[in-house]
Amino acid sequence: MLAAEVSASPPPLKQTPLHALHVSRGGKMVPFAGYDMPVQFGPGVLKEHLHTRASAGLFDVSHMGQIVLRPKSGRVEDAARALEWLVPQDILALPAGRQRYALFTNESGGILDDLMVANLSDHLFLVVNAACKAEDEAHLKEHLSDVCIVEPMRQRALIALQGPKAESVLKKFDAEIPAMKFMDTAARRLAGLDCFVSRSGYTGEDGFEISVPAEAAEAFAKELLADENVLPIGLGARDSLRLEAGLCLYGHDLDPTTTPVEGALEWSIQKSRRKGGARPGGFPGATAILDQFEHGAPRRRVGLKAEGRAPVREGASLFADATSQSPIGSVTSGGFGPSLNAPVAMGYLPPSHSAHDTTVFAEVRGQRLPLRVAPMPFVLNTYKR
Amino acid sequence: MTTTLYTSDHEWLRIEGDVATIGVTDYAQSQLGDVVFVELPKVGRALKKTEAAAVVESVKAASDVYAPISGEVLEINSELAAEPALVNSDAAGKAWFFKLRIADRSELGGLMDEAAYQKHIA
Repeated sequence: MLAAEVSASPPPLKQTPLHALHVSRGGKMVPFAGYDMPVQFGPGVLKEHLHTRASAGLFDVSHMGQIVLRPKSGRVEDAARALEWLVPQDILALPAGRQRYALFTNESGGILDDLMVANLSDHLFLVVNAACKAEDEAHLKEHLSDVCIVEPMRQRALIALQGPKAESVLKKFDAEIPAMKFMDTAARRLAGLDCFVSRSGYTGEDGFEISVPAEAAEAFAKELLADENVLPIGLGARDSLRLEAGLCLYGHDLDPTTTPVEGALEWSIQKSRRKGGARPGGFPGATAILDQFEHGAPRRRVGLKAEGRAPVREGASLFADATSQSPIGSVTSGGFGPSLNAPVAMGYLPPSHSAHDTTVFAEVRGQRLPLRVAPMPFVLNTYKR
Repeated sequence: MTTTLYTSDHEWLRIEGDVATIGVTDYAQSQLGDVVFVELPKVGRALKKTEAAAVVESVKAASDVYAPISGEVLEINSELAAEPALVNSDAAGKAWFFKLRIADRSELGGLMDEAAYQKHIA
């Protein structure tokens, strides 16, 4: 009944600076985006998920790409203006000390990657997905090298501390931490280390993401884990937490064929970059994307709640009714939401079926299971705004 | 007398007369993680050996439970359908999945006894 184990010699997997710590803490290691990563620890996905929502969880996200864009002119606005060639977000208006969600788009308006962009006064700091980081680096170098030095920060680890007790834990290292608001970012010294701290995350909870020097990452993580409120959390719970929070997983919910409007990410594109704004367009795929702002898109990412207990997973086809032959969409992420104690999913549907409370049917093991289009996030977020 | 046999797919069968009670092993539940949903076959269904008979879903993934032998489904564990976490707490006991009327006793010959199964998972 269990998936057959692969007996062939696995491809060489990369390790994050916290790899030895994960193994010593009983992490169950699996390949993920080319890295050997913990999918869960002893307590298991369900308890790790609930612990993060109730207390604080430590996540190793060092596999993600950290990239500095350093303007050759020394003026951060030059780097910001240049980055706007590649993303539909307003980067020029991003104040120092703030972070923003952004998208690399392609010429047809599809999404190449989703990322975070922080303004750290004299440079921009980007965090991109692990599976895309090589392509993202090449993309940035190809288009921005005249204006910026593109510096991949390969010698840094990235640790996320998420949950309602994250602030009180981190405060012990830096008394200024509570003054930070959601999406604030700052260079701080924590435990004597030069860190970049942002108040953000991928769980729907209040929390922080901390970039630390690789060589000191394990000692720093151990200091965080020494707090009885903090448990290490694996990728399994990271996925169920972000799904309940309605957050996209790149490569699943978003890909080069989905546009920001299809992905229900219009909120991420500020008015200045839309038609009638101060700097409309000027990013790859602008014509297609701005046209969809006006006329709508052929499909839309929606939240889906099951009426029964059976989880509906990625890849399940969606149908308008219990008997129709042609699917109208598909599930891109789905599983069981431990905090909701119910199945949750997201997927794409045509405008005719994407309004809240519309009933559609997912095909699971030959049966049609009713699902209701539901608002996201499924679990209210607790960001400190 | 009762005999317990095992499959290499981590199912157990308790044989009493011509009835086999089937569940998944403690090793299987430890690998699956927290079980959140179990789908059981319909009573009266004639299962063929190796046919997908039930589904067990954890937070992470769905796994099929195959019929380890052929037979007609006599009874299903409705308590398990209502409380899937029993798989984690009592895999070898309260979390039985279904009972089959054994169609062909010769199929039992291909199954492992306790000692062989312990060696299999060691």
